[in-house]
Parts: sequence; structure tokens; C-alpha cells
Amino acid sequence: MESVRVMPRPVAAVCAVVVLALLVVPLLDSRYLIDLFTEIMIYALFALSLNVLIGYSGNVSFGHAAYFAIGGYTCAILLTTYEWGFAPAFAAAVIASALAAGLVAWFCVRLTDIYFAMLTLAFAMVVWGVAFKWRSVTGGDDGFVGVSVPAMLDSRIGFYYFTLAATGLSAAVLWLICHSAFGRCLVAVRENRIRAGFVGINTRLMRWWAFVVAGTFAGVAGAIFGMFHRGMYIESAFWTESATVLIMTLLGGIYSFFGPAIGAATLFVLERLTNEYTEYWPIVLGMILVGILLFLPDGLAGLARKLASYRSRGG
Amino acid sequence: MLRTVDLFKHFGGFVAIDGVDFELEEGEKHAIIGPNGAGKTTFFHLITGHLRPDRGRIEYEGRELTGLPPHRIVKAGLARSFQRVNVYPRMSVFENVQVALMARDNRHLTMFRIGARFNRDETLELLALVGLAEEAGEQAGELAYGKQKQLELAIAVAERPRVLLLDEPTAGMSPSETEEAIRLIQEIADARNLTLLFTEHDMTVVFGIADRITVLHNGGVIASGAPDAVRGDPQVRSVYLGEGGDGAA
Ligand SMILES: Nc1ncnc2c1ncn2[C@@H]1O[C@H](COP(=O)(O)OP(=O)(O)OP(=O)(O)O)[C@@H](O)[C@H]1O
Ligand SMILES: [Mg+2]
Repeated sequence: MESVRVMPRPVAAVCAVVVLALLVVPLLDSRYLIDLFTEIMIYALFALSLNVLIGYSGNVSFGHAAYFAIGGYTCAILLTTYEWGFAPAFAAAVIASALAAGLVAWFCVRLTDIYFAMLTLAFAMVVWGVAFKWRSVTGGDDGFVGVSVPAMLDSRIGFYYFTLAATGLSAAVLWLICHSAFGRCLVAVRENRIRAGFVGINTRLMRWWAFVVAGTFAGVAGAIFGMFHRGMYIESAFWTESATVLIMTLLGGIYSFFGPAIGAATLFVLERLTNEYTEYWPIVLGMILVGILLFLPDGLAGLARKLASYRSRGG
Repeated sequence: MLRTVDLFKHFGGFVAIDGVDFELEEGEKHAIIGPNGAGKTTFFHLITGHLRPDRGRIEYEGRELTGLPPHRIVKAGLARSFQRVNVYPRMSVFENVQVALMARDNRHLTMFRIGARFNRDETLELLALVGLAEEAGEQAGELAYGKQKQLELAIAVAERPRVLLLDEPTAGMSPSETEEAIRLIQEIADARNLTLLFTEHDMTVVFGIADRITVLHNGGVIASGAPDAVRGDPQVRSVYLGEGGDGAA
């Protein structure tokens, strides 16, 4: 029978532990760890946002970095060049990402599968091109540096807690959206688009909204990212960045809400560690990707689920 | 209540539906029969917006349906099931029906409320009606074929249509499942005042349910009328029911 409990108890328990652990990280008094976890939370939100599109609506995007970059650049430029206050700049950045996603999605939802994915890539390359060429505003390939961050976010620990609050709240909203009637119907669209149309669901509109939600929260992640690094660089809009967040999502598992956050944390830490020993991160990344595709089709979350059911069966 | 005028559809050089004029009266149980490849499924696809006609019109209650997308046609009151099972394989049986109910109530764009509890009782009622109460928690893709057919029916009925189109609702079922399905379809049609349009190869099903029959052959209508009249029609007997064979017996 379908359970009335919306979040299974073990998942809720793990969430609580993770939030508590994140709350106490600054007490360890390690700059390295505080920065590491700040960035992990940003990428975790980025991956969670992408999964609304991939896992829930069943549409793969090769250009998700575009909305991350739009959020990041908009926030950074408004704060610095135009000296806006934090709240309006942050809000405008998120709105800019949402609008850009809405515009691109309007075209993309007319297509499916690989054609959809290629069109997301094409639009992302346009965004990268704008960031690259519009030097007077974005700084071009020198990057947009020296972002003025509001005083209250100036301390490392202050920024850490801001990131925790913003990404935590965003994840909670995403969770609600994915577990709403919308989220459930979106899964139906993923599972069988034609059948979903025949129960009265406008499947294009559903996919459009999924795209907008994904782009909006990528914008949140990007805005935080730009402030954290005190700068935005065109690499953040490049297709390799879209590939990275896609791999994070796949590694964590697209059929699980929290999977992509796990994938983001894992990949980010692996990249840090690898870079300390070799310069061959792309090779390692390639091997990880091969591993996922061959052995972990449902990602780390799928693996965890399998292990849990194996244990509960007393195996 | 539903009317097609000079409906025409071709695939490449092959004419699948060839100028069909058809009328469905409110409250009737209308069967469309015809040999394999006659165009029955294509005709359903045209009416429900899955395919666009190359020529001709579809009207429902005086309203033009031609060219509308499926979701608009469903909202107008026409629901359908599919010849080949067409469910959401990796969702639970419960969710398969619940999604249809959510969509009927226009909740599919409701984002900021937990969805699991929406339409819960009605979902369970519908599952009990089609005999799937026990299987509510199972994955739809793992049900036995006959049960998937029943689920398909529950999904179509969930939309609370006025016209229900069933494409071979008993295909692939065992004789006992077929009997149960016939009883169920009639019960639902009567209880909900549905107008029924269905295709079927099994003549026991056709003559057991239909009060009017239209015969399709090579994309065209060759006969239409009461079951007895159609059964006696010489042209129908030669192309469809087979020489001398009495398909209804
Ligand atoms: N998408 C398509 N492309 C090309 N030909 C098609 C297509 N769909 C159907 N046809 C052809 O149109 C004809 C009518 O097909 P249809 O499925 O409507 O027949 P049917 O009466 O439902 O047959 P059955 O009793 O086997 O279900 C068949 O010859 C079929 O091969
Ligand atoms: Mg057919």
C-alpha cells in the first residue's frame, strides 16, 4: 500500500544528521573545511536543480551551466558595477536566470531527446559567447573580478552560514516541488509522455515549468558562487561546466531526490584530492563516468538503496 | 454527439482512413470492427488528437476538435485506452491512477503542496472497482498483462469522460478475464452514463456489449447499424465475418 509518509524515516534521519553536521563545521575552525563545504553546498544545489529536469521530467540538458552563469554574473555585476544592495541584486540574479530559462525552454520543449539536449547546448554556447565578448560588462576572459560583497557576508563563517541557509532553503523548496502534484505528474510525463497527454496533461507546459524551476535554482547557486569567489569567470558558462554538473547528477543517481547532492559532494571532493596528486583529473573523471554508466546505472543513491534492502532482507 | 466528416489520413502512399463519415449518439455503446489493418486504431488516433487528419473534420457537441492536442480533447470529455498497454511502468499502480485524477482536477501545476495525499480515496475506489486494490503498491510495469489492461481502463475512466474510447479492451486476456472485463465495462458505462466507442476482434465481446456496430474495411465504412442488421449484411459477411461463418455465434 502506498504510504502516507512522504519522506521515508531513514531519509529524514540522514537529512537531519547532515544538516546538524553542516551546522557545526565552522566549529572545527578550519578555513580549508569551511571553504570546501561552502563550495560543496553550492554544487549540491546546482546538481539538485538540474535533476528536476533530468530525473523528474526526463529531459537531459547539456547546457545547465548557462543559468548558473547568468545568476552569478548578474548578481556580481549588479553588486559591483551598479552598487545595488545585496537583496535586490540577489533577487534580480535569480529572476534573470528564471527568465533566460523560460525563454530557452520555450524553444526546447518543442523538441525531445537528443534534439532537446543539443538545443540546450546551443543556447548555453550563446550565453558563453556573450560573457566572452561583452568585455566591458563581464570582463571577458579576464573574468569579472573584485565583486563587492555586503559587509554581513564578508566573514568566512558568515558566508558559510548564509550559504547553508540559502542552499538548505532552496533544497527544501525543490523537494516540495518534486513531491507536489506537479512533481508526480512530471514523473508521469517522464515515464510516458503520450499517455500523460491523454489524461489531460499539457506535457510541453509541464516540461517548460521543469526547465524554469531548474534554471531558477541554478541561478541561486550561481549567485552564491560568484559572491563566494568574489568573481565570475567564463569557464562557469562553458560546456565543460554543464558536463560536470551532469556527471555529478548521474553519479548521485537521477531517480532519487537527494542523489545528485551526494554526487556533487563526492565528485567535488574527488577532484580536490586528485588535483593534489596528479594533473590528470580529466582521465579520472572519464573513468568515473565509465564506472557509473557500466556499474551504477542508478548512481550512488541507487547503490545505497540496494544495500539497504539487502540488509533489511537479512542477507 | 461526436461526428466525423469526410475524415482522411494517409501514411506515405497508403490510405489508412478514406473519407469516413461517422456519427456517435449520446449514450450508445458503439463498436467499430474490421479486419487487421482496417484502420480502427488510426481512426481512434485521429479522433483523440494523436494524429492529425489530412482532410476532414471532427466535431464534438458542435465544437470543432480537429487539430487540437490530446490534452485539450481529454478536457473536452473524451478519454481513451490503448490497444497496446500504455501505462507509467516505473510508477506504482496507485500513482498511475492518481496522476489521472490530479490532471482531471487541474492539479498538475500545483507545485507548493505535497501531492501524495491528493485524490487518495478516489484512487483507491477506482482501483477497487477494476479489481486492483491488492496491487496498489506494485510497480505498474510488473503487473500481469491482463491486469495492466484493467489499469489502463481505470486510468481512462479516472478522467471522468463523457465519451470513452476503448481500443481492444480485452486483447490478450484469458477467457475468464475477458468475461470479467466485459462485465466491468458495462457496469462502468451504465453507472457513469458513458457513451462508449470501442474496437474489438472478439465477436462475443462485440455482440455482448454493442448496441450499434460500424464496420471498417480498407479505411472506409462498409456498414453501420444495429448488431443484427450488420450481422446479416452480405458485404460484411464476405469481407469480414468470413464466408458462411457466423462470427457472432
Ligand atoms: N504510423 C504509421 N505509419 C505507416 N503506416 C501505418 C501507421 N499506422 C498505421 N499504419 C497502417 O495503417 C493501416 C491501419 O492500421 P490500424 O492500426 O489503424 O489498423 P487496425 O484496424 O487498428 O488494425 P488491428 O486490428 O490490427 O489493430 C495498417 O495497414 C497499418 O500498417
Ligand atoms: Mg488497432
